[in-house]
Amino acid sequence: MIKYWQDNSARMMQLTIEHARMVLIALFIAFLVAIVLIAVFLRKKNWMNSLIYFFSLLYSVPSYAFFALLIPITGLGETTAIIVLAFYNEYVLLRTLITGIREVDPNYIEVARGMGMTQEEIFTKVQLPLSMPAIFSGLQVALASTMAIATIASTISAGGLGDLMFEGLQTGRVVPILWGTILTVALTLVCIVILKLIENLVISDGLEKS
Amino acid sequence: MTKAIIKFEHVAKKYGKNEIISDLNFEINQGEFVTVLGSSGSGKTTTLKMINGLEKPTKGKITINGNDLNDTNLVDLCRHIGYVVQSIGLFPHMTIAQNIAVTPNLLNWDKEKINKTVDDMLNQVGLDPKEYSGRYPAQLSGGQQQRVGVARALSTNPPIMLFDEPFSALDAIIRQDVQQEVKELHQNLSDKTFFFVTHDINEALFLGDRVMIMNKGKIEQFDTPEKLVAQPATDYVAQLLGTVRQNRALWEQFK
Repeated sequence: MIKYWQDNSARMMQLTIEHARMVLIALFIAFLVAIVLIAVFLRKKNWMNSLIYFFSLLYSVPSYAFFALLIPITGLGETTAIIVLAFYNEYVLLRTLITGIREVDPNYIEVARGMGMTQEEIFTKVQLPLSMPAIFSGLQVALASTMAIATIASTISAGGLGDLMFEGLQTGRVVPILWGTILTVALTLVCIVILKLIENLVISDGLEKS
Repeated sequence: MTKAIIKFEHVAKKYGKNEIISDLNFEINQGEFVTVLGSSGSGKTTTLKMINGLEKPTKGKITINGNDLNDTNLVDLCRHIGYVVQSIGLFPHMTIAQNIAVTPNLLNWDKEKINKTVDDMLNQVGLDPKEYSGRYPAQLSGGQQQRVGVARALSTNPPIMLFDEPFSALDAIIRQDVQQEVKELHQNLSDKTFFFVTHDINEALFLGDRVMIMNKGKIEQFDTPEKLVAQPATDYVAQLLGTVRQNRALWEQFK
């Protein structure tokens, strides 16, 4: 175990970075798209529900099949992996964000309107900040689940920690599989801690105390 | 010459088949303190929300400051009408200073003017700006939150102030304090029109220059407290005033 690390540490670090990059880029894109979709469709309930339904269907497509389907279009490699991961994230994020935003007390929205805010101002100044706790818990769920799915991306030569696991599977050795698992879990934990730190900075103190 | 700043002509409001307000007619002059008294479902809050356009009438004409509401930009209107609601109205994610600065920010005032306004408003409602500006609503008592609510509504120096049962969640003693403060506030700002909705008859009689008594979407009587007591126009008004007398009788009995 230790010997494997000594022999391969440079490559393992490289794979960890690839893995993190893939997941974080996918999460970032999915988050931006989710905010835009919600801003546009928040007041069109039927549209919103159909969108969530659409992404839930995509979410149920096995990742293996999803990768395979995209290969003719975007080829092998990281791009395809990021697209697939972003689609998986989209469902989790849309679902949690929209629930968070709909649960904002309607009294606040009416007061905001009574104080002369436009629809957009209500969204950015009241609904989004008040649903920050829900948004961050959604990000955390999306992050953790994508970290796991991203290991499959190794099969389409997108790199990442999946490489270690498939290497172990093909050569019948447990050590690389264990290292791949340990590093994936460790990376997830580190990212969640960072996310928590950001959350503490972003969420208003007024919300935490209430 | 006094001028009518709020005018309702044959205003009606329906939700589906349910008529909440039927044929409402009244005028309120600039500088008046009007209280609106009614039980829940009487249409008093709906009436208030029609003044700042949160509710639209199904029929009739509402004129604010000489402008027909139908031809008015509602967002703009709201920025120039003070709006005080129950304590839940303060935004929990904003500090006291940020809460008061909401409408000034919407109007793009410069930073200096906003900071000065926040301090002035807090002073006006008797809260020390140094101590309270940076706090969050959850760190304030109910009475203090309500004072901030009033300060926030005053921030743009609006000619009309709307109060939607602002004190109903406060306990009796604090409630009396803030009632007194609002009364004094109006005396200091005598050109401002206050429109104050409540279900508490003592509050309505104590605060209002005139009291509008509403029942089932109609005005039962709209008169000075003295006139109401001397000449109740309907059985409903007489009954309502009877409760005050009953309370007094109870008081005498225990004395």
